[in-house]
Amino acid sequence: MSVPHLLVHDHKDNVGVVVVEGLEAGTEMLCVVTADNSDFRLVARQAVPIGHKVALTDLAAGDTVIKYGQDIGRMVGPAARGEHVHVHNLKTKRW
Amino acid sequence: MSTRRTVWAYRRENGRVGVRNYVAILPVDDISNAACEAVAAHIQGTIALPHAYGRLQFGEDLELHFRTMIGTGANPNVAACVVIGIEPGWTQRIVDGIAATGKPVAGFAIENNGDIATVAAASRKAKEFVHRTSAQVRVECDLSELWVAAKCGESDTTTGLASCPTVGNMYDKLIPQGIYGCFGETSELTGAEHLAAARAATPEVRDKFMRTWQAYQDDVIEAHKTSDLSDSQPTKGNIAGGLTTIEEKALGNLEKIGKKVSFIDVLEPAEAPARGAGLYFMDTSSAAAECCTLQAAAGYVLHIFPTGQGNVIGNPIMPVIKVTGNPRTVRLMSEHIDVDVSGIVRREMTIDQAGDALIDVIAQTANGRYTAAEALGHREFVMTKLYRSA
Repeated sequence: MSVPHLLVHDHKDNVGVVVVEGLEAGTEMLCVVTADNSDFRLVARQAVPIGHKVALTDLAAGDTVIKYGQDIGRMVGPAARGEHVHVHNLKTKRW
Repeated sequence: MSTRRTVWAYRRENGRVGVRNYVAILPVDDISNAACEAVAAHIQGTIALPHAYGRLQFGEDLELHFRTMIGTGANPNVAACVVIGIEPGWTQRIVDGIAATGKPVAGFAIENNGDIATVAAASRKAKEFVHRTSAQVRVECDLSELWVAAKCGESDTTTGLASCPTVGNMYDKLIPQGIYGCFGETSELTGAEHLAAARAATPEVRDKFMRTWQAYQDDVIEAHKTSDLSDSQPTKGNIAGGLTTIEEKALGNLEKIGKKVSFIDVLEPAEAPARGAGLYFMDTSSAAAECCTLQAAAGYVLHIFPTGQGNVIGNPIMPVIKVTGNPRTVRLMSEHIDVDVSGIVRREMTIDQAGDALIDVIAQTANGRYTAAEALGHREFVMTKLYRSA
């Protein structure tokens, strides 16, 4: 298998994690779901740093973000499929 | 990896296995640090453990201080211990606690003697201990006799993808063989507390865990927060590494207890496990040095530290083995990394292979190989303080 650009923990997840340095906007990413090693393709709409998250579907404010198949917080701003998800548009539900 | 293996380590008087052979010079209190450091500077082969507390503490906080001091001296990586305090009462209490292990220990008090006479007397005893302990030879012990703690730090999203699952794989393999494991970080399980609770071995342990987690929320976080904790949990380093929320961080954190084992008890800070071999949860801060110090005081002889962005933590008496799955951290901070599992995110290495690689490094470290933190001189020894002194 080629080296993936993006890893996704679970099929229920709506975000994935960039695992390569220097990812540029427009890259057609090889995405691997670690639960079963299945893969798919997704175009990165922004340059996203290694370790940071990318939306797998269009996300709107109020949507719950799922990672590890679990709730990790609520969108407070939009992210289209392929865009960066982080502190500017995602916030904890806990504190 | 199902075959049993052995390591070369030190068998202590109480039967426990240590992987280092320190003569520790332990201050009862902050004002005895100077005398301890003078002894350690004079007598080669000793190590001073200076810290910031030990005066006018009371109640549960004082009990934690004694438990941490006694547990540190009693740790099997300490072959012998010199205790120095400002006055003889609390000094003797710590000496007596350490002496229960059967190891050589002696106490010295500074009042009515002064630093110079105290340092002279303590140095003579430390020299005697060094001759005795440096003559000890390692003996063959079962790897399963090791007590191996874990805590993650400077976490990022690769922690939950690679380094924490590597630690979990190690626990899934070694805990059934008989090692003692330990995880903590009470606040940092927030968002995954329901999943952690589900891993308790019995309903009683589950309830104890949930009471401990809720008490931290109520007594520490709710009582002291001035805004939300978004600048502390996740940390600035976590956020730089791509972690956004405490829930996301907690889910990655919890990967390090593996998929199969249950935890069999909930420990107070620095409390020694007493229910036999298995995995334990300890109520600790999520700050690396505080957590490692408490786990060492509970008797753990090795520590596995998964890191994403590159925490550089060490401990003076317990070797800390760093594991990272972040290829950028491997590239920029390789001198701090003992086990590189970045192959996992490239899909060149499986979690199972990474777990085996970690077990190999555990065995090498138990045999005496220095960790990166030991070679770099990291000796962070940080007492947990529960509230202000009297």
